[in-house]
Amino acid sequence: MDIIRMEGISKGYPDHPVLTDLNLSIKKGECFTLLGPSGCGKTVLLRLIAGFETPEAGRIFIDDEPVTDLANGIDVPTENRGLGVVFQDYAVWPHMTVFDNIAYPLKIADVPKAERKERVMKMIDIVGMTGLEKRYPSELSGGQQQRVALARALVGNPSLMLLDEPLSNLDANLREEMRFEIKELQRKLGVTVLYVTHDQEIGLAISDRVAIMDRKGAIQQIGTPWEIFEKPANPFVFNFMGIANFLDVRRENGQFLVGTGNQPIPWPNLPQGDTDKWVAGFRPSDVTLSREGAGLRGVIRRANFLGATMDYLVEIDGSHLRTAIETHKAIASDLILKVGAPCVISFNALHWFEADKLKEVLSE
Amino acid sequence: MSSPANKKGSFGVAQVILFLSIAILVIVVAFPVLLILFNAFWVEDHFDLANTISILKQPMTYEALTNSLIIASMSTIGSTIVGTFFAWLVTRTDIPYHNFMKSMFLVPFMLPSFIGAIAWKMLLSPNAGLINRFFMDHLGFDGPIFNIYSYYGISAVEVMYLFPFVFIQVCGALERMDPTLEESARISGAGLLTITRKITIPLVMPSILSGALLIMLYSMAHFGTVAVLGIERGIYNIPVLIYERIHQSGGSFESIRMGAILATVLVISAAIIIWAQRKILSTGHYQIIGGKSFRPTQLKLRGLRIPLMLFCFAYIGFTIVLPTVIIFLVGGLSTYGLPFTPENLSLANYKFILFDFDVTRDAIFNSVTLGFTAAVITMFAGVMISYVIVKMKVRGKGILEFLGMLPFSVPGSVIALGVILAWSGQFGINLYNTVWIILVAYIARYMAFSLKANSAALEQIHDSLIEAARACGATMWQSLKDIVLPLAKPGMLAAFFLIFLPSLRELTVSIMLYAPTTRTIGVAIYTLNEDGETVISCALAGIALIIIVLGQFIINHFNKKAGV
Ligand SMILES: Nc1ncnc2c1ncn2[C@@H]1O[C@H](COP(=O)(O)OP(=O)(O)OP(=O)(O)O)[C@@H](O)[C@H]1O
Ligand SMILES: [Mg+2]
Repeated sequence: MDIIRMEGISKGYPDHPVLTDLNLSIKKGECFTLLGPSGCGKTVLLRLIAGFETPEAGRIFIDDEPVTDLANGIDVPTENRGLGVVFQDYAVWPHMTVFDNIAYPLKIADVPKAERKERVMKMIDIVGMTGLEKRYPSELSGGQQQRVALARALVGNPSLMLLDEPLSNLDANLREEMRFEIKELQRKLGVTVLYVTHDQEIGLAISDRVAIMDRKGAIQQIGTPWEIFEKPANPFVFNFMGIANFLDVRRENGQFLVGTGNQPIPWPNLPQGDTDKWVAGFRPSDVTLSREGAGLRGVIRRANFLGATMDYLVEIDGSHLRTAIETHKAIASDLILKVGAPCVISFNALHWFEADKLKEVLSE
Repeated sequence: MSSPANKKGSFGVAQVILFLSIAILVIVVAFPVLLILFNAFWVEDHFDLANTISILKQPMTYEALTNSLIIASMSTIGSTIVGTFFAWLVTRTDIPYHNFMKSMFLVPFMLPSFIGAIAWKMLLSPNAGLINRFFMDHLGFDGPIFNIYSYYGISAVEVMYLFPFVFIQVCGALERMDPTLEESARISGAGLLTITRKITIPLVMPSILSGALLIMLYSMAHFGTVAVLGIERGIYNIPVLIYERIHQSGGSFESIRMGAILATVLVISAAIIIWAQRKILSTGHYQIIGGKSFRPTQLKLRGLRIPLMLFCFAYIGFTIVLPTVIIFLVGGLSTYGLPFTPENLSLANYKFILFDFDVTRDAIFNSVTLGFTAAVITMFAGVMISYVIVKMKVRGKGILEFLGMLPFSVPGSVIALGVILAWSGQFGINLYNTVWIILVAYIARYMAFSLKANSAALEQIHDSLIEAARACGATMWQSLKDIVLPLAKPGMLAAFFLIFLPSLRELTVSIMLYAPTTRTIGVAIYTLNEDGETVISCALAGIALIIIVLGQFIINHFNKKAGV
């Protein structure tokens, strides 16, 4: 069953359209992530669901009940949509203590005082803020404020949580912990989570399904993290899901040659199509680097030691690619290479794109 | 709790608030102003521009117009020079005691200029003025050294009380100006004069002009100083003429119509001035001046340091301390004209006006209750209207935004005439000669202050704070009560004091509307002084000054506590 269904939603501001004819459904109980570059309209979409904005066209259903359907005069106010919302800018109330901030939804719902206190303290414990409940937001760090916002959204046991970059200000460790925490809560309480972010790592780590939005606010692909990562529907998704390498490949007499040279690309599944100009896309992690053996011959153009990894820029007949190798492995297999050293490249995964189409996508 | 129960949006509430806000502004400001315009151009039952022009051409009206212009221009030029010079001195040079001086230069903001005018009349009137007499009696001068009853005298007094408008704007601009702009000019080899001419002045010009326009607007429609100092030599400006005509004729049709025409001139000039000010302020100087506070490079005054300091102290002593002291001293005299010797001075007058004299007692009571009531009402009305303008998304808001600009461009004397037209019975309600008409006028006059303070405070409240409450299940009312009002409190408090204090010394509006039992402090001081009760009027002025300064202290205390 869908907890959220958006049908033909369009929304724009006087000078520019943001979302056009957008359709999206989110299943009950899942953790759904909306991924997209900054400024693509993620926050706008969330605000439409929450009822802070009204679309120019389209309908929104929550639990199969229409909440926004302007054609039929329906626009349920936010407070009756039964949501928990965490805002990108925290929005904790500066005139209330941590405790009062978190207790507010319960106060509005007329929960008895004793129970209110118990639930708030439990929530404070979950987000790791014990001992800080009497502080005012001005006495908290950005990360702590974010946790207050999270606790406030969760305390009322909403069936649907909307999270707008809720972890952007936490340090790496805490972010990982909170991300796990959100996932746990979501499983335990059966909440549906709609999580909005431009950080693909978080998106992939906790979601059941992911939607990728492009710069124009159109959804390019929806699928499990695995599908998105392994079977990107198009160059945009592929490019967005990791630092992509693109090698120019040209078809000459049925052979696929790399760059301007004469080495055929060592890959069994060659693309079919009319065009002669192709691009092979792959992630740095899909490249195997060696000193000799079968593969493409190239030259190291840049070598960066980044601590745990070595980062190389390799040139193959006028075309460039980047690859990384863990430092300890590089030492073990004698792959600490100097600039100018020859090397051999082979691939674990390749995605084929037509060169002209790719250029269009990347230049947007 | 997830299933939406209520299908209807909160359209109702938003519409009600919008409607109320529009209604308040229409009733209090727009309607009176419309009546003025209507009366200015409508004779009997038709539109008659020729008649309007013929009235404007009458010698009296024409002279009032030119006088208003002459005095306003002289005051504006003088204040701009004085204000800019002192602002530069205290922010950009190494003059000693600059913090003390800065706060002293802001004191005239608190002091009512008509009280200053009374003081200067006692000091520099051609025959009896204390300073003039001193020069004639003891230094052998043949005539007065300066005649305060002149265009120069009137403008000089206005400059003393109005220059802080420019001073504070220019100080702000100079303090916020990024010093790297000047430094980079200096590094590229420009001399100090070139830097001042090419960089500093262009950057602060918008602030100077904007302050100057404020003064122009204020001075054109200003009653007190001209009324006190001009009467002897028959110098009058627009508000003085309106007042005299209406008072002499007891509100005849002729006088009202002439008043409406002159008021229309004021409204139009004000609209032009406000428009020009907005234009100037929006020409990008904010891009150059950051919000941060910098420590700008200071010019070393060297040999001029001490002389300039002495000059500043002399200015402060002469224009601020001297008139204030004279007011209190005269207020202590048993009879005006006696020398200030201990046997002639006592607190008897002060005791008399506070406890025994019903005119002044009533006046103090009236001003305090009127000021308080007006401040409370205007504060709440202002927070509601600002909320709609700043925060709400409702259709029809554009009308309110337009109406909200109106209070800023309607001078006090215009408002007074407008409420007379609106509330003297022509439309079923007659408030004339009651305190209520003064209250309505105060609300209209001070609405601009309230809108400004409240919208500034509301703009600080990020929308997401309110949305977060809604998402927690709060209705619009609950979010207003729990989030908006507590966070808007500093702005409301500021609005309250911004209205309460000036209303204690208000003259321009009250003078047009008072009846024998509804005098305010300002009216009582002015009329007592006109009637020759100089010592009593000075004693009352002294009391007013004490109340105002005390009030200001309380505000500063509050502001410090609130960290503003
Ligand atoms: N109130 C508004 N008025 C005009 N334009 C707006 C408004 N709100 C958002 N936009 C525009 O809509 C587009 C999408 O904004 P949105 O806030 O949804 O981006 P986002 O995807 O959340 O980005 P980020 O990851 O940086 O938060 C942007 O181009 C933004 O400038
Ligand atoms: Mg966003």
